[in-house]
Amino acid sequence: MGDYDFIISDVAEEENRKHFLLGNEAVARGVVEAGVGVATTYPGTPSSEVGDVLSEIAKKTGFYFEDSANEIVALEVAAAAAMSGVRAFVFMKHVGLNVASDALMSTSYLGTKAGLVIMTADDPSMFSSQNEQDNRYYAEIARLPLVEPSNPQEAKDFLIYAYDLSETIGGPVLLRTTTRVSHMRASVTFGARHAISPKGAFKKDPSNLVILPATAYRKKGELLKRFARLAEMAENSKLNRVERRDGGGDIGIISSGAAYNSVMDVAESYNLKLDILKLGFSNPLPEKLVATFLKEHEGTIVVEELDPILEGKLRTLAQLHAIPSLIHGKMDGYLPYSYEYNPDIVANAFSRILGFAFKEKTNGDLQINEKLPARPPVLCPGCPHRATVYAMELVSKQLGLKNVIYSTDIGCYSLGVQKPYNEGDYLLCMGSSVGTAAGFSKSTDQCVIAFIGDSTFFHAGMPGVVNAVHNGHKFLLIVMDNRTTAMTGNQPNPGVPMNGMHEESPEVSIEELVKAAGVKFVRTIDPNDLRNAMQTLKEALRFDGISAIISKSECALLRDDSKKRNGEPIIPYEVNQEKCTLCMNCIRSFSCPAFYFEGKQVKIDSALCDGCGVCSQPLVCGPRAIEVKR
Amino acid sequence: MNQINIIMTGVGGQGIVKAGQIIGRAVTSFGLNAVMSEIHGMSQRGGIVGVDLRIGNVYGPIIPNGVADLLIGFEAAETVRALNRIGKNTTILMSTEKIFPVSVSLGDFSYPDTDEIGLRLKERGTRLYMIDAPRLAVEAGNFQSTNVVLVGAAYSAGFIPVPLSALKEAVKEVFHERSWESNLRSLELGIEEFKILQSERHEAVAAQTN
Repeated sequence: MGDYDFIISDVAEEENRKHFLLGNEAVARGVVEAGVGVATTYPGTPSSEVGDVLSEIAKKTGFYFEDSANEIVALEVAAAAAMSGVRAFVFMKHVGLNVASDALMSTSYLGTKAGLVIMTADDPSMFSSQNEQDNRYYAEIARLPLVEPSNPQEAKDFLIYAYDLSETIGGPVLLRTTTRVSHMRASVTFGARHAISPKGAFKKDPSNLVILPATAYRKKGELLKRFARLAEMAENSKLNRVERRDGGGDIGIISSGAAYNSVMDVAESYNLKLDILKLGFSNPLPEKLVATFLKEHEGTIVVEELDPILEGKLRTLAQLHAIPSLIHGKMDGYLPYSYEYNPDIVANAFSRILGFAFKEKTNGDLQINEKLPARPPVLCPGCPHRATVYAMELVSKQLGLKNVIYSTDIGCYSLGVQKPYNEGDYLLCMGSSVGTAAGFSKSTDQCVIAFIGDSTFFHAGMPGVVNAVHNGHKFLLIVMDNRTTAMTGNQPNPGVPMNGMHEESPEVSIEELVKAAGVKFVRTIDPNDLRNAMQTLKEALRFDGISAIISKSECALLRDDSKKRNGEPIIPYEVNQEKCTLCMNCIRSFSCPAFYFEGKQVKIDSALCDGCGVCSQPLVCGPRAIEVKR
Repeated sequence: MNQINIIMTGVGGQGIVKAGQIIGRAVTSFGLNAVMSEIHGMSQRGGIVGVDLRIGNVYGPIIPNGVADLLIGFEAAETVRALNRIGKNTTILMSTEKIFPVSVSLGDFSYPDTDEIGLRLKERGTRLYMIDAPRLAVEAGNFQSTNVVLVGAAYSAGFIPVPLSALKEAVKEVFHERSWESNLRSLELGIEEFKILQSERHEAVAAQTN
């Protein structure tokens, strides 16, 4: 029995049972109910849990799931499936859609046979992302229908709606969640399951499916017609509804997504008489519905997170139809352009527009002035990345390297930027470390070192390596191969012997790929063996040209899990206080979170220690005071 | 009361999300509405984990400032950090567990005297209960079950409006059968401990007013 077996239950067994589900788990149930035959992703927060559920249930449910090498490949796989008559689902975090955007544009032009739904999980406030771009713009740029759920139940129901819509119009649909929808838990009632057809048949139709310029020219016209048809459908969609509270007032609210929840919480708390137009199907804009709503009210407040997309359209609409009602939102300064909304932000804006008193509640005189210690996320105890960055730091000192530029990338090893390692100088996006290292090597005389993880290497690092070899760039590439996609919850990647279906699968060798690209210095090291790791790092730095080191050691979390599963003990280390000279190197330089200083002694928290033993090597502990706990 | 708002905070690995799931499952299976938000940023261990759990007539999962009914602090310094989000009448369950962040080991920060802060807050009349959750978890035979101890205390304090059987059922739903016994024991120890702390507080308040 798996943890997620209940996700695939038949509705007949349910008897109106409610499940307390994460938005992403509800999406996974939606995939089952919609009868999706092919689902693909590249993991990224806040979308990853969808894949964690699908990966577990795919085989027994009878659909295909893959963790693709990156988001554009994921979209291409899904698009071809949908073009073959199989319902397909592809999901990713917001910046993943940047990677997939090239294919996204073409899928919109060419349309689809079976339903194709693309989910983007946006991250207002950037809880785990490099930006908070508003992916509703992709619906604009690709002229795609957009559905925006506000809670887990809607996430599931809107997904099923999106499949019907996709098949009715013959084009893909974009479903947008945000962190507070994907990572919100609430009651979800299941619906009936649609039969799954995991195999279809592709019908040749090159004049419509091969996007040469002449085809694209014709398809653009068809796309505009499809979009006009969608606009009519949005007018009458059940996803767009007006809620009149106590008969409504002179003020109307238009809202969507997670912002709608804050609107409702504020309306309830302050008992506001408002009409609320909730847009669940927000692109194309149901113009008649919105225009009527604007005309009915003296003023309308638009409450949407991030960019004023709806607000801009409303102002255009009002101008076109000479609607005199006032429109309030971000553009007139009532609501902020950035970060997620909450009831306090919305109540503050409403109070200024509607003229009621708002005072944020406080904790009275509970103010505590103690300075609290920062608690940023850190590399786990036993993390092999710590051994690599520590070895690199020692090498840098021994060789007297000055002003090393560390191009880093997206993964757990991004945390190497923190003290005491300070090995992170420039980071743009997935795969950027290789390209930026090339740029630094051409434009400076500094030593350049690039860090990239195994999953990120497959995702977007490889073209940078090919580019560096061909154009003669000189830097050291360190592939932090921890045998998993750790940051997002240990999903497989092409380098590991298991795939998203939990099947054995061929490992793609990073070493062979790098060699095939023409890198002349390629070595694989075990970073936990500090002495040998340092020696190889030194050799690589002396090499004239691009050199590559694959620092290969399994993620500590995976290692700990497999030990627990196999009933093997995790044997922690301890500090022999008689030998300890209080040099503090283990804390100040190696800085494993299992160490702490108490009562003038260095100690190891045996509940945190994962027993990797790297700290016991003389390169960390000169006096050899760190020993296996007896 | 048409809403109960519970803020939970602590450090990755303390089972905070699971505690939220237990309460959420218990109250929703009992027919109440509940929404919960979990924020864990980057998934590594050691970072701050925050859960907002709202029961009753609510839509969004974010608890506005000053309206929390209960703050459950799984870690002492994190409890203090969350004080700026609570209200004058918020009850605080503060685990005495201290987890030193790397910033303390590196000497950039010192760990606050949380016991002293707790006492100071109590003196000001705050309904604050300091619970030695790790001790009770060990007593229950499962050092990892501090989260369930705290759920038990929250139940005992009256913030989980369901019969105990519903809560026990939820505990069983989220844990593997092999740890049911120790987790149910932790739940009971949390319930009992809160009663002791409450009577101590009553005595202290009575002593002050006499």
